[in-house]
Amino acid sequence: MLKAFHRVESTRKPEAAVYDQVIPAGEGWMYALQPGQVLRIVDLEGNQAADTLLYDANNPEDHYSAVRTINSQSNIYLTTGSTLLAESGKELASIVADTCGRHDTLGGSCSSQSNTIRYAHEKGHMHNCRDTFMLELAKHPEGHRYAKRDLSPNINFFMNVPVTPEGGLTFEDGVSGPGCYVELQSSCHAMVLISNCPQLNNPCNAYNPTPVHVLIWNE
Amino acid sequence: MNAIWSETMHPGGKWSGIVGRGKLIRLTALEAGANVSMLMYHARDLSERYNMPDTLKAQHTAHLTRGNVLMSDNGRALASILHDDLGWHDPLGGYTTRAGTDSKYGVSCYQESRNGWLRSGQENLAVELVRNGLGERDISPVVNWFSKVVCDEEGNMRFADNHCAAGTTVTLRLEMDVLLIFSNTPHPLDPQGDYPSVPVKIEVLPAVQVDAGDYCVNFRPENRRAFDNTWTYYALQN
Repeated sequence: MLKAFHRVESTRKPEAAVYDQVIPAGEGWMYALQPGQVLRIVDLEGNQAADTLLYDANNPEDHYSAVRTINSQSNIYLTTGSTLLAESGKELASIVADTCGRHDTLGGSCSSQSNTIRYAHEKGHMHNCRDTFMLELAKHPEGHRYAKRDLSPNINFFMNVPVTPEGGLTFEDGVSGPGCYVELQSSCHAMVLISNCPQLNNPCNAYNPTPVHVLIWNE
Repeated sequence: MNAIWSETMHPGGKWSGIVGRGKLIRLTALEAGANVSMLMYHARDLSERYNMPDTLKAQHTAHLTRGNVLMSDNGRALASILHDDLGWHDPLGGYTTRAGTDSKYGVSCYQESRNGWLRSGQENLAVELVRNGLGERDISPVVNWFSKVVCDEEGNMRFADNHCAAGTTVTLRLEMDVLLIFSNTPHPLDPQGDYPSVPVKIEVLPAVQVDAGDYCVNFRPENRRAFDNTWTYYALQN
């Protein structure tokens, strides 16, 4: 049974947000946060996985580092108080509220190629997060500054991938629910890249990918 | 089997090189308490590389041992673990940084300590990445050979002491032509206050055949499919 869930609510009001958009399942979102801005990602229907990468927008070669982030807190899960670090050690953002209580950063994103391995060769045609990431890079005016090599292991908000004391890796049903949210406050000019996961082969989004809602406040 | 080539990586040392498909790489901890951080890239397309999440998810594991396959972000088997004395190598803990090395072991520099200065994984990997046309941009989670990190139910990470004895070996078989980058630097979560100084031998051994009954191919259905993808890739080339 999962322990140590850490739930912290936010006082920010949706009507005060300066940006408000829904990302349907299977679609992406790429947006540069100004220093100090707060991004809330809401799991509208519950059990969704929001695959998220961050970069130093002023130096796109410096990507989010799952390993530096978990090492700095000696814990593999992310929640309120977690500081999201880049490969250089630069602070990109911190989690300032979280009503889910635990998020994964070891499971990475799905891809057509990994689907062929994990499920069946016939699953290669199915929509996947790494295609969404690359399509966002293709569409975004700043996307040319990034490439496949910059798609480092990401954060999976609302996803539950426990590591067992015996060194196993398990996929569990979500620990999120309808309306659960997480808030990131940017520590710099941070580029955020989201793929709202379309995976239909495992319980990361309850076999039913659903939309997420993004809101931004200036502080 | 005699090695084609071998070299001892001194404590703080590093090595990079391209090694061909089918050949074996054997690492030997010449003393207790070794740690070698490794990155791996497809030699002919450096944008394809070892992917930690894809490797762990496919094999439902958070540690690496005999039978496990190191998978690329393009869905192929890059290398497999053919032999392992230890039962657990760490894919989660990452590499040491300059700041972390200075704060844990004391500031050191070449000017004062000459070649006894304390190298960091970050700088070693950066040098070998740049040497091979890559850069710090290309750093991702490493495999830490000879180290064990366990996570409790709350997610807290703990480095296992006294895990690696002197003489421990691990042997990889390369399933593709790969660029290997090694850094013989401490594990970042190793709590001991003295910089671990363990020489590690690297040997390259002649190619071996992969047959239908191969342990790594058959270790899990997922591994078989990763091998299928690799074999298809080479079938299209040859």
